[in-house]
Amino acid sequence: MSLHHQIDFSYFPGCSMATTAAEANMSLMQSAKILGLNLIELSDWNCCGSSSAQTMCKNLSLGMAARNLSLAPAGRPLVAMCPRCLHYLRHAKVCLKKDPETHRSLEERWGRPINLDLKIMHFMEVLVRFGLDRLKQSAKRSLTGLKFVPYYGCAVFRPPDLEKEKYYQGEMEDILVALGAEPIIGAYTHRCCGSFLSATDPEIVTPLVNEIIDSAVAAKAHCLVTACAMCQLNLEIRCTSRERLPVFHFSEVLALALGAKDYEEWFVRHLVDPRPLLQNLALVA
Amino acid sequence: MSQTTPLAKPAAPRTVIEVGQPRGFLAAEVIEKSGTDLNRCYQCHACANGCPFIRAMDYPPNLVLRLLQFGMREEVLRCKTIWICVGCHTCSSQCPMGIDMAAVMDTLRLMAVEEGVAIAKPNILDFHEEVLRSLERYGRAHKLGIMWRYKVKTRRWLSDLDVGLKMLAKRKLDLRPSRVQAQEEIGDLFKCYWRESK
Ligand code: SF4
Ligand code: SF4
Repeated sequence: MSLHHQIDFSYFPGCSMATTAAEANMSLMQSAKILGLNLIELSDWNCCGSSSAQTMCKNLSLGMAARNLSLAPAGRPLVAMCPRCLHYLRHAKVCLKKDPETHRSLEERWGRPINLDLKIMHFMEVLVRFGLDRLKQSAKRSLTGLKFVPYYGCAVFRPPDLEKEKYYQGEMEDILVALGAEPIIGAYTHRCCGSFLSATDPEIVTPLVNEIIDSAVAAKAHCLVTACAMCQLNLEIRCTSRERLPVFHFSEVLALALGAKDYEEWFVRHLVDPRPLLQNLALVA
Repeated sequence: MSQTTPLAKPAAPRTVIEVGQPRGFLAAEVIEKSGTDLNRCYQCHACANGCPFIRAMDYPPNLVLRLLQFGMREEVLRCKTIWICVGCHTCSSQCPMGIDMAAVMDTLRLMAVEEGVAIAKPNILDFHEEVLRSLERYGRAHKLGIMWRYKVKTRRWLSDLDVGLKMLAKRKLDLRPSRVQAQEEIGDLFKCYWRESK
């Protein structure tokens, strides 16, 4: 793609994408590169705060998310892939808008402006704005035959104070349908994956995860596709059902369609090997 | 006390309701701190019906609001529900009255820690504290370190060993933490009540 199509974004990876789900990050960067979207990692970003900071101290939670906003250069939107990170970043923006005093004091503390007009968007929104037709034209492999459950987890649920923010319901289907895949309805798509309970109380999470996977099996899906790295991990490690399905990160499926070649590196990191499925559909060699 | 569905089995009446504080006092405090008007609740149970973790809770979310309205401070701050809640916002987005239940739960957890009451799920508190320790040290979450220290603290060595080993084998747990350069900015953020109370 020619250079004049190149668009700059600040990119917030977050802790999961940077480590546990490195395969999600690699495939996301690949996809962006192929599409000419320039994702510039936010320099010296820190954790968005996560549910732990939210649980233990509101100021800390706000401060951690706000520091990331203060690092975002003016003039480019801030893009995140992890729905929880996106949520905390947006939440911080809303809080600071309501609380000019804290806004000022954080700006003074860091000696950097915190731009409250900063656009904070999910990578899927970037793709939708990029244009589904253009996306289709950039595709090298058709996803025809791939039956997927769009698994959003709790990502699309928002607290009432974010209700005016963008809602991502349906975007995953729109994008993957444009690339030839077939969404399966009738499975649990919005059931929470268990979040941190998967680490602290797996016995609570396992039956719930099994219900999610079983519902996808019953609906005759080949796989689940998720927008959240934590969901992907929880659905993989907590499932004890007899029949299991591969769980993809959204970006892996996207990159595959766009012709990325280094998929081996991503797929070996899965606990449920997705390669037999993809080989059956002749999507990978 | 475990409940299958809140509709099928309403909570059994609990001994005597001793209202220690004037009615409305506790509710007013939580409304103020959480910024959500829980008095709008009309007990429709939509929150409880949608909550994925209801089976692990001792009170369904709607009942937590009821206890608050009755001024039953100890009951609420010592319940499991507030710790089991992961803040998924399923309830908040389904509530016909726009009550942000997750914000109420956040507030109650903070109050429980601040007031030093017995924590119904101490392992969950331990976990959050380990995450924060990691964030304080590195500015980012180092999962292997968090899980290791969590295991040391809770002595649940063998539980989940297989999952941990699988994650290591798949190189999902980095040995080295990645860290933020501007450590002083991160350290500064931790100068809040949580740190000082430790
Ligand atoms: S959904 Fe809202 S109104 Fe209904 S019981 Fe729950 S908090 Fe009350
Ligand atoms: S936010 Fe908490 S109470 Fe509400 S549905 Fe999720 S886990 Fe249940």
